[in-house]
Formats: sequence, structure tokens, C-alpha cells
Amino acid sequence: MRYIRPLSIEDAVGQLAGSAGTSAILAGGSDLLVRMKGGFVEPDLIVDIKAIASLGEIRETADGFSIGAAVPCAVLGENAALKKAWPGVVEAAKLIGSKQVQGRCTITGNLCNASPAADSVPALVAAGARALIAGPGGKRTIAVEAVPTGPGKTSLAKGEIIEAILLDSQAPRSGDAYLRFIPRTEMDIAVVSAGVNLTIDEQGVVKAARVALGAAAPTVLLVEEAAEALIGRKLDEAALERLAKVCAGACRPIDDKRGTIEFRRKVAGVLAKRAAMTAYARAGGK
Amino acid sequence: MAGVAVSTVINGDSVEYLCQPDETLLDVLRDRLGLTGAKEGCGTGDCGACSVIIDDRLVCSCLVLGAEAEGRRIETVEGMAHGDQLHPLQQKFLEHAALQCGICTPGFLIAAKDLLAKNPDPTEEEIRFGLAGNLCRCTGYDKIVRAVQDAAGVMKGASR
Repeated sequence: MRYIRPLSIEDAVGQLAGSAGTSAILAGGSDLLVRMKGGFVEPDLIVDIKAIASLGEIRETADGFSIGAAVPCAVLGENAALKKAWPGVVEAAKLIGSKQVQGRCTITGNLCNASPAADSVPALVAAGARALIAGPGGKRTIAVEAVPTGPGKTSLAKGEIIEAILLDSQAPRSGDAYLRFIPRTEMDIAVVSAGVNLTIDEQGVVKAARVALGAAAPTVLLVEEAAEALIGRKLDEAALERLAKVCAGACRPIDDKRGTIEFRRKVAGVLAKRAAMTAYARAGGK
Repeated sequence: MAGVAVSTVINGDSVEYLCQPDETLLDVLRDRLGLTGAKEGCGTGDCGACSVIIDDRLVCSCLVLGAEAEGRRIETVEGMAHGDQLHPLQQKFLEHAALQCGICTPGFLIAAKDLLAKNPDPTEEEIRFGLAGNLCRCTGYDKIVRAVQDAAGVMKGASR
């Protein structure tokens, strides 16, 4: 096993692309080190990306925000501008683990770990976030929902690294929110979760919406029908009921010790409704 | 496996060591440097017994590689007391009997130190949320919370 700490993204990509055996990217390590300890992975090469200066920053760009791949979730919660623009994304990121884990874990790692129950991912998908990827062939940008392809699996090719998560500036009269169900008050994995981002007009009619569900299928689901249930209407009882029904129907959950299929379907609808109400209020809707 | 040479600062002292690339900071502290305050409870970041502060961030040292400490500043429980002079948190843990077996205590002390550094006057709820990453399986949390509240009062008084 080799541990390296490259200073540039080009070097990191080159080292990963040129490695003969298995390799792992280390940012916060809150998933990787647990998997190493459990004997599930034994990478020949560990590439620590935290010495690459640009990856440790949250930058405000002309288009919005660029959140470097090595920025711990605790730092997201301390960034006032990001919290104001994307409160749902930040509250989702802040739900991951304890204080100790918050000091290390990253939203890029949460995305690349590709757990269906990842907390930050439904919020990022609802927000329309994109992943900026550096690789041997250059850079490319893809929608966040195109990164995980199944539990523990991503669409990233050998040598590719997500450099940053990009969030656009919020349109006027927009709001986002994220909610999860856990049987405790803290420190748990989502049984099911929902992220909603919406934009309203002066009359409070929803103009645009994105609804994402977590822990409801092998990957986080972007539920387009759920958005359609909201668009063109005020957030009245009928729209909310329709949203809940569509979300319950869109789930393809599993039965396990944390929840049954039936329970997950029902709660997905309830959480989508409540997240939509919070997002609507944040957008200035009454 | 080739060793990784690391130069770091622990409790204010410059420290150099060689470690294996897959060795955790917790193992380095305990097995190479003789700093056995941080404990291994779960080894997977759930219990907080191995808590240390790196560059003003509370982390689980079981989820940090020893190699990652290069150029960083680490605080462990060993750095809390000054000679015989206990840190107010340590003193209050004793007075409130906020420990039984003591395995979780170094982690609680470090986490509480980090909490009070960022929030010198926390509410009970803020203390409970702030220490949610630390598990105690014998005493229960009430005495720990009271000790932290009491220490916060002492520390505020001292800084006035």
C-alpha cells in the first residue's frame, strides 16, 4: 500500500490513472477508513486530495457556488452565503454523522460512496447540482444524479476525480429543503428521505420544482412526476396530496430492519409534502 | 510496505514519526507515541472515544490516517492539564462523578473542550447535541452534561 498527497489535480489524476492495482481517493475518510478497517477494501494506492489547495475551498462564482471535494461538511454549515442560498443542501450535509464526522466528511464523498441513503444527495439532486470531474481526458461536468449508478457504484472512470460540486445561484423566490426519517433524534442513517427545490411566481404559483427521494431505490431518485404535481399550482392541499401519492408510487424500496416497503412508501410521501411546505415558505410563499 | 515519515505538532510539541500508510492516527498516538488517552471503542467513528482536535476541528482519530497528520496541529487529552493543574472540565468531571469506567472520558473531555471553545455558554440541549458523537455505556449522560455546564461557568468566570 502506498499513500500519496499530490499538490495538483493533474498529478492526482495522473497517479490514479497510472496505478496498476486498486486505488482509493481519500478526502474525509469517514467511509474509506471504515471499509479498510472492516477488510472490505485494501487499496494499493491511497490518493489524499486534501493538499490540493483549490479542493479545500468553497468559492462564490459568477454562476453560484463551487464546493471543493475536500471541504468538510462542518465548513458548509459555517458558510453564511451558502446557508442563505441553499439551506436545504446545508441542512442535509449537516445531518451526516456526529461533530467528529462532520469535521471530516464531505458531500463529494457522500456522493461517491453511492449509498442509496446518503443524506446530502437528494438535496443536491433537488438543487440541480452538478459534479465537476477531472480525468485523464480533461474535465467534464455532469448532473449529480448521474454519478451513483447503484449501491457503492459510480459512473466515474479510472483516473477520474470529482473536483467540486457546483450549485447555481438560486433564482429569485426559490427555496429548498431536505427531510429524513430516522427512529432516533441524531446520528442515524435515513430510513427514507426527501429533498425539494422550488421556484414560485409573485402569486405564489410554483413555476419550477425538483423533487428527489433517498433510501427509496438503489440510487437517489429524481421524481419528475412529483415536480409536475406541483408546477402551475399553489401549494394547496390537493397539490400536496398528489405530490405524496406520486412519491409513494415512485419508490422502489427494500424491506429491511430499518423499514418495510410499505412504511418507506408512505413516509416518502409525507416527507416530500413537508419538505415542499418548508421550501415553499423559504421561497416566500404563503 | 514502506513507512511514511510524518512531522507534526502534538499538544504544542513538535513530533516526528514513521508509520505505515494504512495505520490510523489513533494507533500512532497509542502504539508509537505512548499517548494512550485516546481510546479505541468502536474503531469506526461511532463512539467518539478516540476524539482528538486537529487544526481546531474535532475528529475521530480512528478515522484519520497517521500519514494525514503531516503539518497539522493535534490536541489530545494529554494536553489538557498543566502539570498538576487540571483543566476545569477535568476538575468538574471529578466533582460531578461524571465517569465510571473511564473509557469514554478522554473523548468526552476533548469533545467538550472543542464545544466550549466554539460556544462558551451552551444550553443543555446544545451540550447534548454537541456531545452526541460520544457514547458512554455506564454513567449515563446527565452527570456529564452537568459537569460541562459547571465547567463552562468556571471558564467564563476565568476569562472575564
